[in-house]
Amino acid sequence: MYAVVAGGGKVGWNLARELIAKGHEVTLLESDRDRYLTIEQELEHAVQYGDATELWVLERAGIQRADLVIAVTGDDEDNVLICQVAKEKYLCERIIARVNNPRNREWFALLNIQPVVSATDLILRLIEHEVPSYGLVHLLDLRDEQLEIIEVEVLEGAPAAGRTVAEVSLPDGALIISVLRDGGGFVPKGDTLINAGDEVLVVLDPGLEDAITAQFAPPAARR
Amino acid sequence: MLAAGHDVSVLDDDPLSHERLDAGQATSWEDAGGQFTVGTAIEVEALQEAGIEQADVFIAATHGDNTNLLIAQIAQKGFEVPNVIVRVMDPGRAAWYAEQGLRTVCPTQKAIEMFDEAIKEIV
Repeated sequence: MYAVVAGGGKVGWNLARELIAKGHEVTLLESDRDRYLTIEQELEHAVQYGDATELWVLERAGIQRADLVIAVTGDDEDNVLICQVAKEKYLCERIIARVNNPRNREWFALLNIQPVVSATDLILRLIEHEVPSYGLVHLLDLRDEQLEIIEVEVLEGAPAAGRTVAEVSLPDGALIISVLRDGGGFVPKGDTLINAGDEVLVVLDPGLEDAITAQFAPPAARR
Repeated sequence: MLAAGHDVSVLDDDPLSHERLDAGQATSWEDAGGQFTVGTAIEVEALQEAGIEQADVFIAATHGDNTNLLIAQIAQKGFEVPNVIVRVMDPGRAAWYAEQGLRTVCPTQKAIEMFDEAIKEIV
């Protein structure tokens, strides 16, 4: 695979290094001369000096034959535009954009730039995952497919506690796909008993979260 | 544009720009009917405060091509402003985005043409 990576910061440099180690061909683009010279000592010809928002720089990097374009500069405007021209001018099928400021996420969506990776959002997810009292953790958003997977803890006294999977009244568009218990996980059947203290993974249509958490928290603890 | 009788709202992240609008004028920008908002143009709240939802024309003329190209498309596709004009210094991208339906103004291209004319007059 041939990947063009725009932006030689910590993310871009390490990403390029990993991709090269996995046997892929990579061109990393860096617009700061000093930074470029530093990276060049390690990556040699795999890094080029130039502003990745300029068309000739992208063309010099061979964007026309790139299988993947990854925009990870520290500037959201740059990342949007690099991906936009990669996709619409050079017809690159796969792009990945970094969102520096989560508030800009909607602009990436507006211009159809996806998937996006936001470190801030990832850290938030990790916090949600590490702080169990939070109740519900979004594991995966498949926006295109209109599906989400969430992790939710079964609290003492919840409607679902002590019932079988088949008996839990979930709305249409939601399905229990896994039960995590005693450090392990398994795929449940209809007659699997759900206990308080279990964690369950539920795949659902977006917007059903409230109806689902209601089943796994006792009435008083609902938020 | 204000002098031509239009309602004009300026959005700029530098309050100094406001003073520049007043410099050498008999009346202040506001007294002359202008609006000024301090803010960043990729922030929804700033755009709304500046009145983008009522705008007939949106002009993106910050000193950054990438910022201009993004906010012009936000105005066009996000807020459906009927007329969007965007300054792009880089002739290559000015041409491509023009093909994509953005009304681009490229001072660099204009300067090249003017130099070209000037040279023709000499030789």
